[in-house]
Amino acid sequence: MTLDDVKDILEAEVFVGQDQLKKEIKTAFSADLMSDVLAFAKPESLLLTGLTNPQVVRTADILDISAIIMVRGKRPSEETMKLAEQLKIPILSTKYILFETSGRLHRSGIIGCIEKVGGD
Amino acid sequence: MHCDKSFSVEGGNFQAAGNVSSEIKGLLKKIGLPKDTVRRAAIVCYESEINIVSYAKKGQIIVHADDRSVQIEATDEGSGIPDIEQAMKEGYSTATAQVREMGFGAGMGLSNMKRYSDDFFISSEVGVGTYVKMVVFNLDLKLMPDHPQWVDTYT
Repeated sequence: MTLDDVKDILEAEVFVGQDQLKKEIKTAFSADLMSDVLAFAKPESLLLTGLTNPQVVRTADILDISAIIMVRGKRPSEETMKLAEQLKIPILSTKYILFETSGRLHRSGIIGCIEKVGGD
Repeated sequence: MHCDKSFSVEGGNFQAAGNVSSEIKGLLKKIGLPKDTVRRAAIVCYESEINIVSYAKKGQIIVHADDRSVQIEATDEGSGIPDIEQAMKEGYSTATAQVREMGFGAGMGLSNMKRYSDDFFISSEVGVGTYVKMVVFNLDLKLMPDHPQWVDTYT
């Protein structure tokens, strides 16, 4: 599905990357811990998180993450938005909690970056 | 294809944490290394940078890249690590609240650095600082018969 479909499913607001909603999305990773994202996330995935600081964007950039979804109604800080615009990483915000956000996307066909750890 | 560069990292500057790694990633991309090699090198740089910002007064990241590998050396003037074996364990951390707020400090940094590098070396002296050297091989070369020492590393 596209990022635009993700936006509809999550009734999300787009903060950065209105022009990138055609991006194709297949996988996602949910975490509030950036080190876990660095350990397990795969390129071209969605990052679902409750963190809003610029390090979320940095982490996404380092990992080639396609877009960031902030959950529980969290909004990016000004510095976070600035960095995301500069690095061209879309940021969306949804009011759904992390569990609901993940569940709704999974039900619609998005799968996890990995199913469980220890498989490699 | 070649790149040699040194960057200084300011300890305690959480706002800037990651700037150096982004720049290094851009450089490695520019010299034409494959995506996966660039990504792994960027991850180990980023974790090193976060560590310097979190635990040191200042530090330096040196990158040396050619078509065979990316070598990253991170040196800092900081508190040092009393027990490296313990620090390498996933989940062990001495991070401050500020570090945790950024989404780090969960005891994954050093193990991530090891996870993504093909060669990993660390030494540290309490009260002096820490030195980490990581090598990320350009994976396309692993089957090249004229580099047997690298093939050994993989098998």
